[in-house]
Amino acid sequence: MDKEGIRGIVDEIAALASGSDRMNLMEVCGTHTVSLFRTGAKSLLPETVRLVSGPGCPVCVTSQAYIDLAGELALRPDTTVCTYGDMVRVPGRRGSLEALRAEGAKVAVVYSARDALAYARRNPERHAVFLAVGFETTTPATAATVLEAENEGLKNFYILGGHKRIIPAMHTLLSAGEVPIDGFLCPGHVSVVIGAGAYEPIASHYRKPCVVAGFELEGMLRAILLLVRQAVRYEARVENTYGAAVTVEGNRAARELTERVFEPSDAVWRAMGRIPESGLDLRPAYRRYDAMDRFGLSFGSEVTPHGCLCGEVIQGKALPTECALFRKKCTPREPVGPCMVSMEGTCAAWYKYGPARAEGGGNR
Amino acid sequence: MSGAGRIVMAHGGGGEATRLLLEERIVSKLGNPILDPLTDGAVLHPPDGPICFTTDSYVVRPLEFPGGDIGRLAVCGTVNDLAVMGARPLALSLGLILEEGLPFDLLDRIVDGVAAAAEEAGVPIVTGDTKVIERRGDDGMLINTAGVGTLREDARLGAARVEPGDALLISGRIAEHGLAVLSVRENLAFDTDIRSDAAPLYGLVDRLLGSGADVRFLRDPTRSGLAGVLADLAEETGFALEVEEEAIPITAAVLHTADLLGLDPLTIANEGKVVAVVAGADAPRALEALRSHPLGRRAAVIGRVTESEPPLVELLTRGGGRRLVQRPYGEDLPRIC
Repeated sequence: MDKEGIRGIVDEIAALASGSDRMNLMEVCGTHTVSLFRTGAKSLLPETVRLVSGPGCPVCVTSQAYIDLAGELALRPDTTVCTYGDMVRVPGRRGSLEALRAEGAKVAVVYSARDALAYARRNPERHAVFLAVGFETTTPATAATVLEAENEGLKNFYILGGHKRIIPAMHTLLSAGEVPIDGFLCPGHVSVVIGAGAYEPIASHYRKPCVVAGFELEGMLRAILLLVRQAVRYEARVENTYGAAVTVEGNRAARELTERVFEPSDAVWRAMGRIPESGLDLRPAYRRYDAMDRFGLSFGSEVTPHGCLCGEVIQGKALPTECALFRKKCTPREPVGPCMVSMEGTCAAWYKYGPARAEGGGNR
Repeated sequence: MSGAGRIVMAHGGGGEATRLLLEERIVSKLGNPILDPLTDGAVLHPPDGPICFTTDSYVVRPLEFPGGDIGRLAVCGTVNDLAVMGARPLALSLGLILEEGLPFDLLDRIVDGVAAAAEEAGVPIVTGDTKVIERRGDDGMLINTAGVGTLREDARLGAARVEPGDALLISGRIAEHGLAVLSVRENLAFDTDIRSDAAPLYGLVDRLLGSGADVRFLRDPTRSGLAGVLADLAEETGFALEVEEEAIPITAAVLHTADLLGLDPLTIANEGKVVAVVAGADAPRALEALRSHPLGRRAAVIGRVTESEPPLVELLTRGGGRRLVQRPYGEDLPRIC
């Protein structure tokens, strides 16, 4: 779509939103956070439409206690922690995995769960623990890996369970009612798995518009237009501008794979605390792949770095610029909280792509 | 020879095994009158004037990737560092650090890569060294190359010469090398036609400098990509840059692949591209010169130097929006979700 077409959508958004107070739309997903900046969408939107980030960056929602456990595992002489690269720089109580690795801890960066499995295969004398984080998009892959380990009879592969489910978190945010949200820009990749229909309860129960979008500028702006249109008309429906990839019912096969291996469980989210049914535990039949069980670990206390607002940022309660540490004590070079670490972290995106010149406005 | 066609520790021992390895597998392919005597150093006779001296080490994994290998990279990288300094490459050294277990056939292919790239660049390998270290992992080999070149009199390059109003050019399509390497990383392998752009750039730089355009600054956007060079440029000059996303040459395949991985093409490595800042009025002439060379066919003017405050790099996006461009902290990683 050309610039004029984009301008047309933006003008329509501005015209619709002009009669109302500032609207708060939440982009749930970290990839949207980054894409909104990267494509320049943030700079195009009128001041009356503000986007706030939600709890949808896998690294950012991971509890501090989980990071600390990962560090503890990495320090075991016979154990290698296999992790997505984004996790290695999140500061834990004993330092980040990156820092621990420089001190001799074994940390292998992998791109997928299968990759961690391959590491276990290649290194039979070591325990390989995969840091299983991510939302519904990555969970089926972890499940498939556990089944593969089972079929092969691998004895040295484990996961440290940290998978999350997005819908329970949205319920928690809304029922707390602390953040005024006028609509949800719903994640593209996660919705491929859970289906656009998964947001129906959010739309009907809390009367919030929900629109699924991909990550192209046009798709995101169209979704924002639909959200604004619903909001000014006091409607609350689920709509989908990412029909090419997302169906109403999602990917049943992927969900069945997850359900075979995992069962829903309560999980602790950074700053949001324990959320019922928002996590996944290995079912009893696969419990021997659980690193917590195998090494007799338990979560320690949740300690947040002093002054860090990551927990507020992922709930849309604060913008990165409202954190006293942002750009001062907390930078990509020396991150204090996970939102500055992750490629999809809100603070990292604001830091990297944020407005060059202070122009005020809702997205600045 | 023992080791079933692989490097063994004896090859690094300095004895007969070392001699054979050098003669059969390395010097025979790279030979030239300066190297052939295998003395402890090369004697060069540069013309009068300043000498430019550079070194770089190569640790890429895997050793071979679509469009090149660590050998080709080691030659191109060092030749290009000389080229963007405005130096005519004169000679290179080649330091090979081989791990025991390295298959001979892989070593042979990489030395062939070195030879072919050196020939392409028109630069001889005049001295070198080979060591063997204990096996650390799979397919182990590290290379260091150093290079000397003679500084061209017509090259007056440096951030200090950059002024508001200058034009920003790039010699071709971005992000191909980084994606080509990622596509064959053992744990990320994906199918793609994207190939590394690794190429020696002195010929292209020669065209540009010889065009008469007032060239103020050159750099090759390798690790950290175009974003890294632009960020350096803004920092070193104290001036802001305005870059048009639409003007940056890039293939649909690269855009799509980067998008799939959640990576910003601007931060992905190139090994056969040059970024140039030229006086605004000379942009057409510079562009014509770049495009007249096979490695610059798709060169483009991508932006300009401005006096905006603060001195940051701003990208005017395809859709008409704006965002900042900054160098990545480390190597950007594919997204999780």
